[in-house]
Amino acid sequence: MSSMKEVNPMVLGIRDPVSLQSLAARITEQIAQGEQKPFQRVIDVSSGDPHRAGMPPLSFARQVLAVCLYPKLLKESSFPVDVRQRAEKLLGACNGGSVGSYSASSCGIPQIQKSVAEFITKRDGGVASDPEDIIFSSGSQRTLKLVLHLLSSGQGPTQTGVLTPLPCPHTLPILLDEVGVKLVPYRLLEERGWTLELEELHRALKAARRHCEPRAIYISNPGNPTGHVQDLKTIEEVIRFAASERLVLLVEEVYQDSVFGQDKKFLSYKKVLFEMGASYSERVEMVSFHSISAGTMGECGLRGGYMEVINMDLLVKNFLTSMQGPCSPPVLPQLALEIMVNPPSPGDASYEVFTQEILQKVETLTQNAQRACEFLNGVPGMSCQQAMGLYPCLHLPAEIIQEAKRSGLRADVLYCKKFLEEEGVCLGPGSENGHDDENYHIRLCISAPAAVLEDVLKRLQSFHLRIQDRHH
Amino acid sequence: MSATRVQLISPRTLRLLSPGRSALFLPGGGGPHRGGGVPGFRSLIFPSLSSSFSSPGRALSSLSTTRRGLPKTKMSDNGTMSRGKVLTIDNMNPTVKKVEYAVRGPIVQRAVELEKELSEGRKKPFAEVIKANIGDAQAMAQIVFLKYKNKDAKSRACRILNSCGGNSMGAYSASQGIGSVRQDVARYIERRDGGVPCKPDNIYLTTGASDGIVTMLKLLVCGEGATRTGVMISIPQYPLYSAALAELSAVQINYYLNEEKCWSLDIGELQRALDEARLHCNPRALCIINPGNPTGQVQSRECIEDVIRFAAKERLFLMADEVYQDNVYAEGCQFHSFKKVLFEMGPEYSETVELASFHSTSKCYMGECGFRGGYMEIINMDDDVKDQLTKLLSVRLCSPVPGQALMDLVVNPPQPGEPSYERFIKERTSTLSALAEKARLTEQVLNTVEGIRCNPVQGAMYSFPRITIPEKAIQEAKKLGQQPDMFYCMKMLEETGICLVPGSGFGQREGTYHFRMTILPPTDKLKILLNNVKEFHQRFTQQYS
Repeated sequence: MSSMKEVNPMVLGIRDPVSLQSLAARITEQIAQGEQKPFQRVIDVSSGDPHRAGMPPLSFARQVLAVCLYPKLLKESSFPVDVRQRAEKLLGACNGGSVGSYSASSCGIPQIQKSVAEFITKRDGGVASDPEDIIFSSGSQRTLKLVLHLLSSGQGPTQTGVLTPLPCPHTLPILLDEVGVKLVPYRLLEERGWTLELEELHRALKAARRHCEPRAIYISNPGNPTGHVQDLKTIEEVIRFAASERLVLLVEEVYQDSVFGQDKKFLSYKKVLFEMGASYSERVEMVSFHSISAGTMGECGLRGGYMEVINMDLLVKNFLTSMQGPCSPPVLPQLALEIMVNPPSPGDASYEVFTQEILQKVETLTQNAQRACEFLNGVPGMSCQQAMGLYPCLHLPAEIIQEAKRSGLRADVLYCKKFLEEEGVCLGPGSENGHDDENYHIRLCISAPAAVLEDVLKRLQSFHLRIQDRHH
Repeated sequence: MSATRVQLISPRTLRLLSPGRSALFLPGGGGPHRGGGVPGFRSLIFPSLSSSFSSPGRALSSLSTTRRGLPKTKMSDNGTMSRGKVLTIDNMNPTVKKVEYAVRGPIVQRAVELEKELSEGRKKPFAEVIKANIGDAQAMAQIVFLKYKNKDAKSRACRILNSCGGNSMGAYSASQGIGSVRQDVARYIERRDGGVPCKPDNIYLTTGASDGIVTMLKLLVCGEGATRTGVMISIPQYPLYSAALAELSAVQINYYLNEEKCWSLDIGELQRALDEARLHCNPRALCIINPGNPTGQVQSRECIEDVIRFAAKERLFLMADEVYQDNVYAEGCQFHSFKKVLFEMGPEYSETVELASFHSTSKCYMGECGFRGGYMEIINMDDDVKDQLTKLLSVRLCSPVPGQALMDLVVNPPQPGEPSYERFIKERTSTLSALAEKARLTEQVLNTVEGIRCNPVQGAMYSFPRITIPEKAIQEAKKLGQQPDMFYCMKMLEETGICLVPGSGFGQREGTYHFRMTILPPTDKLKILLNNVKEFHQRFTQQYS
């Protein structure tokens, strides 16, 4: 029988995932089997999965997808006329007029590449986007993996390194492990609301060069998990830094639609790049990522995302575009992407309902962010930066830290485990986001109905106070 | 312009793209490549590159139409575009350069260009491009997806949704896949295999079968030099395997199927391939595609037993690609699942042989390729290794939920007594019998052509006939740096608009040539297609005699 010593060492090297999700599944199973718990169901707010938390999908999107799946509905008058027109247009873009056929190319459906390019051009005030620079895949995790895989080479001191924010998206470290790329952290400044500091970038790069070959810098803007939105000055600094230090810019912008309140505005890296003049816009190699998983669409399960590839060497780009040859991207999520970049316009039959739904979500998210931040800052032993992400810092009693050591767990993981068992809420431990020292954090997603979040906050407060009391 | 293009490949880059550790010389895909930098199978790197050199016109034309004019990057003084770039051919991941996938390769790129030219009103000797290169039933507007509307559809939908987070397909699922779908898959397997038990925990839902296959291969590859993992794969094979093995730097061990005996598998040949391979690598897995792609052969029960005994004796991990299990046409042929046979061989085998079997929503009678739905069943894997597999799959979070839902429908069709049952059976029977008829028609027509010899298509969706190419044509192909069957297929495409995949993309015995065509086009189109192929072949043979 195959044994552990015959497993690919790269696979063995992928760090073990924190097992909170499986614990949550076990508890859900126990509840289903009638076991008594101090809560009725498990609420999972550990990652951006709005539908799981109870946020409804966008009607227009689901209606169009439904008609695409079952074209007989094109004749169904109960569906608004613009829904049916859009579905017809999208079906026309699919091979054989069906969502069940393979994408025409391994990069995706050409007409949708075009729609996405048009969206980007409009968003960036006219900075042109070429449909051939757009590559689709099943979610931004996979699109990012394609590029990282392309970058990955070398071993030991020549191993490719990527500068990565600390904290970073919790799905990133395992991805870097899988493709064999070294994670080089640069610390975001918590006291200033998780800003990116140029000095820190320099320090991280210098340190990294001693033991690997840094070839790229990963940016999450708006930040995951922090919610921080970078200003123009920061973005320009990063671009200059990438240019002078010869790093590929990997810019994850999946939350670009989720910037509300706080007088902040999303600025796309590409737009800023092009406004910095030809010496940057023609040289800096950049890949930006977007997906349907975040924002108001929240369609994580459909697995749809795209990347825009800028200034990449043509020969290398050829490889990138054919990498998905045998595993072309799924069709349905590409259609959802098209809907995301091309929503109903004023005058369209669905416009009113669509706008209403968006406004409701925006309101919910804005209120959630504000409420949660104020609330948590009022809990002794917790402090939270004001942003669209919830990533509070925790003060943990020494006893918890010791108990954690004894059980071989990180203290924040133990905290989350206890919270899950006692209150039925699944949070994300900061160690998944890279915080592996005594700087304990937890991660909560605000993309949930207000009532659900309120419940979560109250339980968190009561739990946190309880454990502080317990250990005094 | 062409001179500048040719300069793109610096001598340094050429040296870097040197042949790797390929076990056997394998004719790879030649022909024009975009940008001139895409290598074929490792042992054929140079011919692929030289094709771009000696036919810069080809390289150019394929570049220009798809690149929409001049590339945006500025040329520096010596004409090298990659100078100054951070990410270049020289420093990118070397394993990516080794990968080629003929099904979507250069011939398809040319087909796409021709389609564009046609749509722009350019005159061609044909009215449309027929893409008979990829097994896409939906694209051929062939298979009616059964979307049953009534009660049984609703109840299935409810069950699936209830198992989704937040009752929405928009939520991430568990990385192994939705629990209730895996249960349904397990029940389907038990029904199919006459009661042999199946545990839902051994089922993994994947993004098409390809995702599962690539993941398993990734899991198994280890070692260096003489201990590097070797994986046995049939020749001809579906090029996903060769592509994945190339990228993983695993050693590809070829075993030849017997064309004279209707592409059957011979244990003696397996033994030969294995013994030779043991001299320079560590063979650990045996891949078998049944029903076969591209050959369509359906293995007999005896053959499957022999393969299982062989795998047991030689301690090989069996990977059974069974995506065409629902596509069996020929009289006297029957699909036997590896798992069923394994268990019927008693505990000596059923408790020891490690097996992974793969299925997908892309084939069978549903043919919903665009959803990317698939599953794999893992048997007798060490528990710790299984944990590693789960961990590896969790990196990509989960496979697309609509694909998982569709998988559920594939394994959970309407049952007798349910309202949709009658209609479902009718549609399925007619689809399958149409395919059977087309399989027969294809074999019949092609065998009337002198110089084409077509084995019976027993299953799957392809025909893989052997073609005789005149010596003059072979020479002409060599001059262009193309494989002879690529040269043949390119000519066929230009003259008739028919897009096929040359046999060199799948592997074949040295000195033999083939092409793969799907039997999916509607019968009337297929008749025209076969006739055009026949006429082309006669013309081609005449021209180069």
